[in-house]
Amino acid sequence: MHTATTHAQAHGHGHGHEHAHEHHEPGFWAKYIFSTDHKMIGIQYGITSLVFLFFGFLLMLAMRQQLANPGQPVPFVGKLLEKTLGADAASGGVMQGDLYNAFGAMHGTIMVFLAIVPLAFGAFGNYVTPLQIGAPDMAFPRLNMASYHLYFWGGVVMLVSFFIPGGAAKSGWTSYSPLATLADMDHLVNGQTMWLIGMVLLITSSLLGAVNFIATIIQLRAKGMTWMRLPFFVWAQFVTAFLLLLAFPPLEAAGLMQLADNVLKTSFFLPTGLVTSGGPVPASGGGSPLLWQHLFWFLAHPEVYVLILPAMGIVSEVIANNTRKPLWGYKSMVYAALAIGFLAFIVWAHHMYLTGMGTKISTFFQTTTMMISIPSVIILTALFISLWGGSIRFNTPMLFALAFLPMFGIGGLTGLPLGFNASDIYLHDSYYVIGHFHYVVAPGTIFGLFAGVYFWYPKATGRFMSEFWGKVHFFGSLVCMNLIFAPMFVQGLRGMSRRMYDGGATYFGNGVDPGVLWLNKFISHAALGLLIFQLPFIWNFFSSLFIGKKIESDNPWQATTLDWQTPTPPPHGNFATEPVVYRGPYEYSVPGAAKDFIPQGQKS
Amino acid sequence: MDIPYTVKPRPDTGLYNAKVGIWLFLASEVMLFGAFFSSYILLRVGAPDGFWPDVATAWPHGLLNIPIGTFNTAVLIISSVTVLLAWASLKEGNLPKFKKFMAATILCALGFLAIKSYEYNEKFTHYVIRLKDGTAVTGHLDIDGKSPRFWSLATVEAKKLESIKVHVDVPNQFRYPVGFKHESHAEAEAKAGGHGAGEHAAREIKTADIALLQAFIPKTGTFFAIYFTMTFLHGLHVLGGAIVMAYIAFVGDGMWKTDPERYTNRIEVAGLFWHFVDLVWIFLFPVVYLL
Repeated sequence: MHTATTHAQAHGHGHGHEHAHEHHEPGFWAKYIFSTDHKMIGIQYGITSLVFLFFGFLLMLAMRQQLANPGQPVPFVGKLLEKTLGADAASGGVMQGDLYNAFGAMHGTIMVFLAIVPLAFGAFGNYVTPLQIGAPDMAFPRLNMASYHLYFWGGVVMLVSFFIPGGAAKSGWTSYSPLATLADMDHLVNGQTMWLIGMVLLITSSLLGAVNFIATIIQLRAKGMTWMRLPFFVWAQFVTAFLLLLAFPPLEAAGLMQLADNVLKTSFFLPTGLVTSGGPVPASGGGSPLLWQHLFWFLAHPEVYVLILPAMGIVSEVIANNTRKPLWGYKSMVYAALAIGFLAFIVWAHHMYLTGMGTKISTFFQTTTMMISIPSVIILTALFISLWGGSIRFNTPMLFALAFLPMFGIGGLTGLPLGFNASDIYLHDSYYVIGHFHYVVAPGTIFGLFAGVYFWYPKATGRFMSEFWGKVHFFGSLVCMNLIFAPMFVQGLRGMSRRMYDGGATYFGNGVDPGVLWLNKFISHAALGLLIFQLPFIWNFFSSLFIGKKIESDNPWQATTLDWQTPTPPPHGNFATEPVVYRGPYEYSVPGAAKDFIPQGQKS
Repeated sequence: MDIPYTVKPRPDTGLYNAKVGIWLFLASEVMLFGAFFSSYILLRVGAPDGFWPDVATAWPHGLLNIPIGTFNTAVLIISSVTVLLAWASLKEGNLPKFKKFMAATILCALGFLAIKSYEYNEKFTHYVIRLKDGTAVTGHLDIDGKSPRFWSLATVEAKKLESIKVHVDVPNQFRYPVGFKHESHAEAEAKAGGHGAGEHAAREIKTADIALLQAFIPKTGTFFAIYFTMTFLHGLHVLGGAIVMAYIAFVGDGMWKTDPERYTNRIEVAGLFWHFVDLVWIFLFPVVYLL
C-alpha cells in the first residue's frame, strides 16, 4: 500500500499530535476574527461573500417585483422599507424611482465587488491555492488578514450608505459622471461618496490580495511543482491576481477623482456649461465625462475575466476529477488563460461604442474583442473535449460544473453581437445586455462557485454536503436561471429598454406595445422560484456541518492534486512534511497504474 | 511547516518573498500614477485654446514656483542616495552609520513635505477674481496688511467689505512660462500705468463688481484639481514612506541583533519603495511645473 492517501494520513496524524504539543490553542478572536491562517481567512471570505450574494439577490427580487407589478407595494418587506429607508424611498411600501435606482446600483456593486470576486478569489483562492501548490500558508499571512478586514469594512460602508440621508448610490454600478456627481448634490456626504469610500477600501483589499497571491504562487511552490505541473485552478488564480493587480489601480485613481468632484467640487469629470433642472451647475467645468468611462472600464472589463477565470479553474478541477481523465489540452488552456490575461487589458472600450468616441477607435476595440473570444473558446472547448470518453460521476459538484459549460457558452456567444460596433448600437441599452451578462455571471460563474463549494466542503469540514438536497438545488436553479435570463434576450431584441423602473409601462403611455412586457411577470416569478431553490442550499450548507456524511479518507473524491493530500481539515501549516511533487496535476486512469489516479506527491 | 524564503532568496527566482511583494506592489503603483498622468494628458488636450484666466477653462501656465520645485526635486534625489547608502552601511555591518544615513533620509522627506506645504500655502493665498465686465485678474488679497487663505465672494460679502485691495499680478505673467522674468512691482505699475511711483502696487476692487473670487484651490479649475490631487497623493506616499522608515530605523532596530539579514532586507524593500516615490516626482515635476 503505497498510495499517497495513506502517506498523507499518516503524516497528518503525526503532525496533529506534534501540533498539540507545540502550540497552545489560540483564543476565539485570534482564531476566528484576526486569523492569519489562509484557510480561516478563506472561510471568512466565503461566508461573508455568500451573505452578500444572498443580500444582492434580495435587492434584485425587490426590483423584479417592481417591474412585474409597477406601483404595487413590495410584499412582506414594503412596510419595513418605508420605516427604515424613509417615506421618500418607499412611500406606502411602494418602491420609488430613486430607491429602484439605488437598489440597481447596489445590486451590481454588491454582486460584483462584494460577493462574486471575494468568493471566487478571496475564498477559493485563499483556501485552495496554497494547498494545491504545497505551501504552508500565503507568503504574507498578516497582509492576508488585512485584506479580509479591508474588504469587510468596505462592505459595511456600502451597507451603511442605504441608511444615510438621500440613500445609497443610485447611478448604476458604473457610476458614470456627471450623473454620479449630480444625482444627490443636496447632501455633502451622499450615497455616492460612501460608495467611493467603500470602493477605495475594496480596491485596496484586492490589491493586497493580488500581491499576496502572485508572490505565493511564484515563491512558495513545493519542490518539484514546476509551472506546468500547477493545477489549472492555480493558473486561473494567478492570471486573475495579475488582472486585479494592474486593472484596479486606475479605478482607484478614478474613484479618488470622483470623490474630489463630489466633496471638493472639482470638475475632473464635469464638462463645461453643465446645466440641470436646478440651473447651471456651480463648477469650473473643463472636465471630461469620457475620462471616467475609460478609467472605469479599464478596470471593469478585466473584472469580467476576474469573475470568470476562477470559475473556469474550479470547473476544470471538478471535471478532471469526475471524468477520471486528464484535462484535454492542459497546456493550451494555460496559454489561453495567459492570452486572456493580456488581451483583457485592451478591450475595455467596447463598452463605450455609444459614447461617440469615433469609428476608428471602435474598430480597434471591436477587433481586440473578437480576438479575446478565441482563448475563451479554447478553454471551453478543451473542457468539453475532456468529457469525451470519460466515465463520468454525476455528483453535485460535477452537475454544476457540467452546467457551467453550456451556460457560459450561451453567455459568451450572445456577447459577440455586443462586441460588434454596428449591432451593439441597437442592443446596447436593452435587456439583451442584461441577459448576456447574467448568463456569463449567474448560471456561469455562480454555478462554477457552487461546484467549488460542494467539491471542497468535505476538505474544509470533514463531511459531505447532502447529495439529495444538492441535486434539488442544482436542477431547480438550472431551470429557474434559464427561465429568468432567456426571456431577457427576447425583450431586448424587441428593443425594450433596460433603464425603466416601471417595467415598460411608459411604452403604453406612448401608445406602443412591444409585445414582450408580459414576460416581466414571468421573469419575476422565475426569480422567486430561484429564491425557493436556494433554500435547500442554505439548509444543506449549515446542516451538513453536523449531520453530513462523514468522509472516510482524506481524499474522498480520489483526486490527484496536493490539496487532497493534507489531513482533514488541514491543520495550521497544512503539511506535516515538506511535500514533493513528482508528476503533473491530472494523472487519472494512467494505463498500468494500480489505481485510477496517481497523486502529484506520489513518487511511483 | 514555516513559510519558506522569508529571508533567504528562493534559488530558482533569486528573490525573497518581500522583494517579490514590493515589486508587485510597485507595479500596481505604476498603474495608479499612470492613470493620473493619463488623466492629466486627457484633461489638458481637452482644454480650449486661449490664455488663462481670460478663458476660464484654458490650461494655466507658469503658476508654480519653478526654483522651489527644482530645489525640492534635489532634496528628494538626495534622499534616494542616502537611503541607498544606509542600506550599504547595513551590508557593511555598520549600524551607527546606517542610522545617520536614515536620519538624513527622513530629514529630506520632512524637508520635502515642509517645502511642499509652503507651496500649497502660496496657492491658497493666491486668487483669481472674475469681474462682472468679463475681465479677470489674479493676485493676492491685502486685507489690513494680511493675505488671507481660502476666501470666496461669500466671505467678502459676509464681512460686508465694500471693496477689497488686491495686489494684482502682472498681466501676461502666465503666458510665457519659459524664460519669463519676474517684474518688480514698480515695473509692473509702470506698465499698468495706474499708480504713481512710491504708491503700493494695489488695486481696489469693488465687491459689487466681482462675479467670482476664488483661491487657487482644486475646484478653481481642472489644472488645479489634478495638480493638487497628484501632488497630494505623492505627498502621502512620502509621508507614509518616512513613517515606515523611521519606525524600522529607530523603533524596530532590535531586529538588527536578532536577525540582521532580515533587517537589511527590510531596508532594501523600503528603499525600493522610496526610489519609486522619488521616480514619481521626477515625472511629476516636469509635467506639472515645466510643461
